[in-house]
Amino acid sequence: MTNTAWTRKDLLGLEDLSREEIELILATAETFKEVSTREIKKVPALRGKTVVNLFFEPSTRTRVSFEVAAKRLSADVINIAVETSSVKKGETLIDTGTNIQALKADIIVMRHNCSGAAQVFAQHVDLSVVNAGDGWHEHPTQALLDIFTLKEKLGKIEGLNVTIVGDIAHSRVARSNIWGLSKLGAKVTVCAPKMLIPAGFEVFPAQVTHNLDEALAKADAVNVLRMQFERDGQTAFPEQMEYFRNFGITEERIAKAKKNILVMHPGPLNRGIEISSEVADGQNSVILEQVTNGIAVRMAVLFLVAQARDRKNAIANKKRPRN
Amino acid sequence: MRLLIKNGRVIDPASKTDEILDVLIDNSRIANISKDIKNGSSQIIDATGKIIIPGIVDMHVHLREPGREDKETVLTGTLAALKGGVTSVLAMANTNPAMDCPESLDILKQIIKKSAKCNVYICAAITKKRQGRELVNIARLKKSGAVALSDDGVSVDEKVLFSKAVKKAKQSGILIICHCEDLRLSGGGVMNLGAVSTRLGLKGIPRESEYKRVERDIILAKETLGSVHIAHVSCKESVDIIAQAKKKGAKVTAETAPHYFTLTEEAVSGYNTNMKMNPPLRTQADRQAIIEGLKSGVIDAIASDHAPHTVNEKDVEFDRAEFGTIGLETSLSLGITELVDKNILTWPELVKKFCLNPSKILKIDKGTLRAGADADIAIVSADKEWTVDKKALISKSKNSSFLGRKLKGIVEYTICRGEIVYKYGIHR
Amino acid sequence: MKDKAQVLDQETISRTLMRIAHEILEKNKGTDDLCLVGIRNRGVYLANRLAECIRKIEGKDVLVGALDITLYRDDLTLIAEQPIVHKTEIDFDINDKNLILVDDVLFTGRTIRAALDALIDFGRPRSIQLAVLVDRGHRELPIRADFAGKNIPTSANERVEVRLEETDGKDEVVLGEDD
Repeated sequence: MTNTAWTRKDLLGLEDLSREEIELILATAETFKEVSTREIKKVPALRGKTVVNLFFEPSTRTRVSFEVAAKRLSADVINIAVETSSVKKGETLIDTGTNIQALKADIIVMRHNCSGAAQVFAQHVDLSVVNAGDGWHEHPTQALLDIFTLKEKLGKIEGLNVTIVGDIAHSRVARSNIWGLSKLGAKVTVCAPKMLIPAGFEVFPAQVTHNLDEALAKADAVNVLRMQFERDGQTAFPEQMEYFRNFGITEERIAKAKKNILVMHPGPLNRGIEISSEVADGQNSVILEQVTNGIAVRMAVLFLVAQARDRKNAIANKKRPRN
Repeated sequence: MRLLIKNGRVIDPASKTDEILDVLIDNSRIANISKDIKNGSSQIIDATGKIIIPGIVDMHVHLREPGREDKETVLTGTLAALKGGVTSVLAMANTNPAMDCPESLDILKQIIKKSAKCNVYICAAITKKRQGRELVNIARLKKSGAVALSDDGVSVDEKVLFSKAVKKAKQSGILIICHCEDLRLSGGGVMNLGAVSTRLGLKGIPRESEYKRVERDIILAKETLGSVHIAHVSCKESVDIIAQAKKKGAKVTAETAPHYFTLTEEAVSGYNTNMKMNPPLRTQADRQAIIEGLKSGVIDAIASDHAPHTVNEKDVEFDRAEFGTIGLETSLSLGITELVDKNILTWPELVKKFCLNPSKILKIDKGTLRAGADADIAIVSADKEWTVDKKALISKSKNSSFLGRKLKGIVEYTICRGEIVYKYGIHR
Repeated sequence: MKDKAQVLDQETISRTLMRIAHEILEKNKGTDDLCLVGIRNRGVYLANRLAECIRKIEGKDVLVGALDITLYRDDLTLIAEQPIVHKTEIDFDINDKNLILVDDVLFTGRTIRAALDALIDFGRPRSIQLAVLVDRGHRELPIRADFAGKNIPTSANERVEVRLEETDGKDEVVLGEDD
């Protein structure tokens, strides 16, 4: 195991993390995975700590996953869902943050529809902030659980070919995966219609292709993004059936790919839109394992940021370390 | 009252002066500029080692009054101007009410008369309520004292309407200032479209939204034989289009703002909302093109686009923050630091961009130090360094892109109509 | 840490472990239902060695598990270095076993308290007994060792370090002082 120390009170994205830090999270998650297999699926590591799930954007899966993770660490969990419309008129983001801080919470798990919101937030509070998705920017724990699943199934990340298919332009999952995977030595290819690859994409360490068969040919895994045709309204979007024809993950396409290609999806699934039911439920699919692993990864993240914050505070209060 | 400024390096591009001279001010006007003017019972400023320039004419300033006095007022804005060596500002029309009728102008003129600390010129709107639907009465507004017209903040989308505005402006002898932006292309964008917006997951503003509108406005102006001034040029293509048009004899002038020759889109990393402005900070290549444009003369003037916003409007999610940075207090120092110190412009060239050219474009009698001119003067220590500190800013709003930045050049004295209105650190 | 004195050498450690193994067998009347769980890191190696001793004596294998107590500690913020969570590996049912908990040094008793909490989350052993190589005193909780290799009286600012072949290249127990 790596000897890197984790010193960040927040997890805002994977772009800023070093390879060693990502490996530390993955290694920690591995030990936490065992906890969920016990009869008593609970350890007291975060006993007495309060985790606030602050969601400015509806999301059941991510919120529930964080809630389960926090509870398995014995933390108390408070869920706050904020209607974005009311935020605009009422309380500012910073006010919301300082109010939660005044409740003496310890960790805020935050989902927001504006890119960078978690970062702005973290600058204004001394709570730990875990980014559970900000706009199109990053969704670090999703990428970490994707990578964890890949590593568990294929034994390594270094040298793997991973293809990400879908709306790359508007995907925080894609961005976090590209950073994480490339830092660990995987080769990432993104595949989408031209209009869904954003300008200046060269900034990312990833190949671009518009041909799915080509992208699948060498892939060890394919991560299928959820397509949201209702999004935006202004930018050009492909027609739904045409998208499925050209970019849908179907049995025929998987049959032509590597035999053991892993099929991943961050959920919720749009069956028949970006992935066929046969593939989603088929033997190459690890979609449900991703959900299970999400808990271990989020436990690891919650544990690490809470530790880092506690230690920072202890040092600030000049508590002398003792062995 | 007589005031004698001794032994300063007098830079006045209008008279091609650049030498150590004395300046005698008598009763709000410059009485004499020559060597060794004898002191005849006047107050004396020793300007040895300092630079004496005409007071800066900043032709792009949002004073926010009337309507948004929480952001800035004529008083606070003009005090900030004096600190930056600025003695004349052109106040933009996007106030509330907008400057679209003589009655609104009268309100502003009253405020100016009561509280302005430097010369304030008024830019009226092109269309009523700046909505792009109905032209204002240009002749009447000119008569009421407007020196330019602009819907700044938005462009006039309707071609026919815009052409008509240029034609009428020409008849009235008033300048049209173009905010060049095609909202159909830029709508919803919050920063330059490109590598950084993609990395940060922010919606981009394509450069086309600016330069296509620059192109259109110049073409329409040419068709109507009128002239236009392009505000806040930020990208390379705009510079190229203006250069081409000028070469072909089009009557077009252009300005840029200090942030466009100093910063790039990279500054947005970290979601710093003080780096959010419209047009947005562009790429290094654009910045270079702006610098070249200043050097070659394609860009005639530097104006701050001073755009104050309250903490509430800036300390929010990047998507929701207002566009703009304040600039009156940092403009000259940025010119010195980024252009003169880096040997891009000489001092006389810099003074042209800040003082003489804006005066010529606006057809106002400012920006020069010749004998008989209004005694609007800034005395500058070019080598003194300072750090932009939020607490020391005079402007009512503190949304500066340059907080924490070390700059060269401080204003020692600002003299407006013969009076010392600012002496380093102290307003009078 | 500055070494002051070697308290146990390799031979003494081997002999001590063999004696503890004998005591464990004597008290539990053989190896039936017996299992060993070492506390990470050095307790695990000591547990493996005790199992080896038991095999030498009885010719029988006993189950050995590894317990990581990081998640059960009450002093995470007080320890000098960022803790790294390791895996707990107890691949057998501990219900109704006589479980020997093994650690290198018994000091305040807090580690053992955490280990007991952790074990109880895994099941309900018939008994839990504690075996340590060194007991250095200064208990802060009502905990004692059932099997202690050596009692070493220490002062609070002294430190006892158990070094093992597997982790440190050689077997020894040294008394040292904080710098």
